[in-house]
Amino acid sequence: MSGQPPSPTRRRLLMAAPLVVAGGVGVGFWRMLSGMTKGSFDPHDIHAPALNRPVPDFALPDQAPGSGFSAQDLRALKAPVLVNYFASWCIPCVAEMPVLNALKEKLPIWGIAYKDRPEHALGFVQRAGNPYARIAADRDGLAAIDWGVSGVPETFLIGPGGVIRWHTASPITETMITRTIMPLADSLKS
Amino acid sequence: MMKNPFPRRGGVLALLACLLFAPFMAMAVDDPSEMLPDPAQEQRAEAIGAQLRCLVCQNESIEDSSADLARDLRHVVREHVAKGESNQQIMAWMVSRYGNFIRLRPPLTIGTLLLWIMPLLALCIGIGVAWWTFRRPRAPTPAPLSDEERRRLSDLTETRRE
Repeated sequence: MSGQPPSPTRRRLLMAAPLVVAGGVGVGFWRMLSGMTKGSFDPHDIHAPALNRPVPDFALPDQAPGSGFSAQDLRALKAPVLVNYFASWCIPCVAEMPVLNALKEKLPIWGIAYKDRPEHALGFVQRAGNPYARIAADRDGLAAIDWGVSGVPETFLIGPGGVIRWHTASPITETMITRTIMPLADSLKS
Repeated sequence: MMKNPFPRRGGVLALLACLLFAPFMAMAVDDPSEMLPDPAQEQRAEAIGAQLRCLVCQNESIEDSSADLARDLRHVVREHVAKGESNQQIMAWMVSRYGNFIRLRPPLTIGTLLLWIMPLLALCIGIGVAWWTFRRPRAPTPAPLSDEERRRLSDLTETRRE
């Protein structure tokens, strides 16, 4: 750099530029972090392409104490149901059980045990107070891949005709039920 | 003549080389039975797997990850390769389930345009800044000292020497 020293305005601009950039990055991080605590932003949430598509083809055997189900069963539905992937070895699944138990009176929940031993899944469901109307077992986890499941718990709201209307890859919360799931399920009923 | 202090230097070097390069050979295939019997097919499956994101660890490919889901996805990729499907078909199968997020190399769309043109954009900005900096006129060479100034200068320097 040669020539006259930069004018005071330009010097001030040059000094301010890094501060503005750092401030912008800071605001971005702050928004991401506050979104994570409030639940509006989840870096692990994968936007499922399955949304508004019919459920994938699958047929899964019974998992005690419930009975298994297939894509045909979901496609024959006239009212919405919640399909919940869970496993006995999954801690967030334990955490969401009270919420699911409170929901089961308003909306039927069908569970799929993901890569779980039958006896472990049975014990888990019994300890949790069984929120499920039906339970299927996905022992090798291959049906889960067709659903686009990347881990447990994962939950899908299935509308009439077996169409996936809503999806989350996080544990179900009270807020999710009152703000999203029930309004959507009610609108699908009519 | 000095005796060679490392009589077995060749062996040590070979061992070092092995240790240095070993990590590059590491793949998460935990179990050789996962691999396809046909080496050409196995190589194709590995190439496809290296392009697929492990959805649990997110910044690793399914070939590098030892997560359960990655192992299942490796298995599925190999099934499809063994069936004779093309790379594009297998990619499309994965994307229809997990979305473009599963691709470690995102496709060029409106949403990823900025990401793809960023290197070019950065280069253009750099060239622009350089051009703007060098284009500015250099300071004009100062006028030669007048007789008066020359006298003052010599006065000042002479005084100092005294």
